[in-house]
Amino acid sequence: MSSATRSGRTALPPEEPLIPQRRGGTGAYWLYLLPGFALLLIVVIVPLLWNVYLTFTKWKGVRTPEFIGLENWQKLFTDEDFWTSFQNSVWMIIAMVVVPTIVGLIVAALLFDVIGRKFGGKVGSFLRATYYLPQILPIAVAGIVIGWIVRPGKDGALNQILSWFGMPAYDWLGQMPSALIVLMVVMVWVQLGYPVVVFMAALQRVDPELYEAAELDGANWFQRFSAITMSIIRPEIFVVTLTCTIAALKVFGPVYIITRGGPAGSTLVPAFYAYQEFFTKRNVGYGATIATVLTIVVVIVSIVFIRVQNSIERKERAGL
Amino acid sequence: MSATTLIVTGKAKRARGGMTKKRGIDWLMLALVVIGAVLVVAPFYLVIVNSFKSPTDYATSGPLALPHELDFTGIVKFWERVDFPQKVWNSILISGAVAVLAVVISMLNAFAIGIGRVRGRTWIVLLFLLANLLPQEALLYPLYYMFKSVGLYDNVLSVIIIFTVIQAAFGTYLLSSVYGTFPKEVLEAASLDGASRWQILWRVVFPISRPTLSVLLIFFFIWTWNEFLIPLTFLASNDNQTVPVAISVLQGDRLMDVTTTSASALLGIIPTLIFFLIFQRTLTRGITAGAVK
Repeated sequence: MSSATRSGRTALPPEEPLIPQRRGGTGAYWLYLLPGFALLLIVVIVPLLWNVYLTFTKWKGVRTPEFIGLENWQKLFTDEDFWTSFQNSVWMIIAMVVVPTIVGLIVAALLFDVIGRKFGGKVGSFLRATYYLPQILPIAVAGIVIGWIVRPGKDGALNQILSWFGMPAYDWLGQMPSALIVLMVVMVWVQLGYPVVVFMAALQRVDPELYEAAELDGANWFQRFSAITMSIIRPEIFVVTLTCTIAALKVFGPVYIITRGGPAGSTLVPAFYAYQEFFTKRNVGYGATIATVLTIVVVIVSIVFIRVQNSIERKERAGL
Repeated sequence: MSATTLIVTGKAKRARGGMTKKRGIDWLMLALVVIGAVLVVAPFYLVIVNSFKSPTDYATSGPLALPHELDFTGIVKFWERVDFPQKVWNSILISGAVAVLAVVISMLNAFAIGIGRVRGRTWIVLLFLLANLLPQEALLYPLYYMFKSVGLYDNVLSVIIIFTVIQAAFGTYLLSSVYGTFPKEVLEAASLDGASRWQILWRVVFPISRPTLSVLLIFFFIWTWNEFLIPLTFLASNDNQTVPVAISVLQGDRLMDVTTTSASALLGIIPTLIFFLIFQRTLTRGITAGAVK
């Protein structure tokens, strides 16, 4: 899970190097970029272009790829599994972005504003750490933990708990809506801590006097929250939604471990679909096509996010 | 880092106001947040409790009860089946090598971009950022094929190389903006004393930015430790697998009873818990480093 970064702030002012020049120009600094660039070329750029080339081929991974033009791309449009996989990406976005951001906002505001102030910062930090814990669990291990809890039959932990209330054992991962719901609950569990921590850090910026003034003016907690808190931590909301949306589009581990895309392809996501085509079905060309579409979607989403953020910031600065 | 300063001032301000009177609604809010926290840790509790039960104990007392007596068979069985120390060592080796190499590469790149201000640096930073955003699937097959043809498939080196690049891409992005605001006076002074660029990098920039670099180091280590797709694809043989891959591979094993599954999850969680306890503060600082700059 990538750490928070305020994307779109990459431009540096057009200045001279920070170290005064004696000989050479900025040209000499290219030497320092050499190792990084060489590695980037081998590990990212060449494979990425190669992958795009593979989308125009039929290849089993042995002998030479056979050029077939746009066949893979045409297949994509009529492939129901492909559309299901992107539909499931929307569910993943709900589970990894929408729910954690909203709940995270509430939890962070409560921890900071109510619990931190009335019960002391120690209680607040302890609870924050608790919410953050699943974030550093390897996703594969998180998947195993949950997979074990929702095991079918009577030895699954969840079914055992249900049996105390006289409810029958349920095959959570064997049927359609419940398998997807389990997956979504896992992702909420894993993701929630990230917005909580980021938003709590953001709230440190809020001047308590602003709150006190609003309180004196008779604003209730919700009014203060929406007018003061929300406007101050908007940059962090952008960061969280962007990074989590990208993570949701790329999600692979939990699907591989918990459901393997099943039952009957109902929890298929693009990353897992591509993996299956590569290594299970040996349709490398088609897998590459899915991976390429996923890449395009990720890039478009990032650009749109950064653009929107920049334009809002510009408007704000103009308004001031 | 500014994040820390902000936290400190925030605390001071709150302390001045003192703790205000608690009302019923405050206790209700506390209860809500605590219930949420209990739900978050519930799976951890289940895993810990059930790893120390015998299968019969599990069947009779259920998943929530504490074990009647401590039973280590699940843990021992799993430990031996996957040769756990070997897996931990592989994970440490891969994550450690990646963390160090990626920090060095990030530093070299950021030195050229942030301090050297090379031409076209905005595009260079975007290029590195893109490398970090990409879904790994878009590189997976070509990398798989490439490493297979040079004989590095099923070799930890392949995973080390790949993640060094992916993590360094993020490091370059973050460090470039940190170095872009590096105190100019310090650099000028060093330059007047006759230090070369290389000396300035190692004797001035490196020591001053050590706190940021150590945050990156810890993050790269943990991120690499948690990675799944690429180690799963590249580390086929038992001897080379990482902790997450080894645990997941065993899941298909129908012979594993419930308590062994639980024990496998526990052994997967323990290293994470250790990192968490050691680096809790650094982690919080690290996540907010980019956002609160």
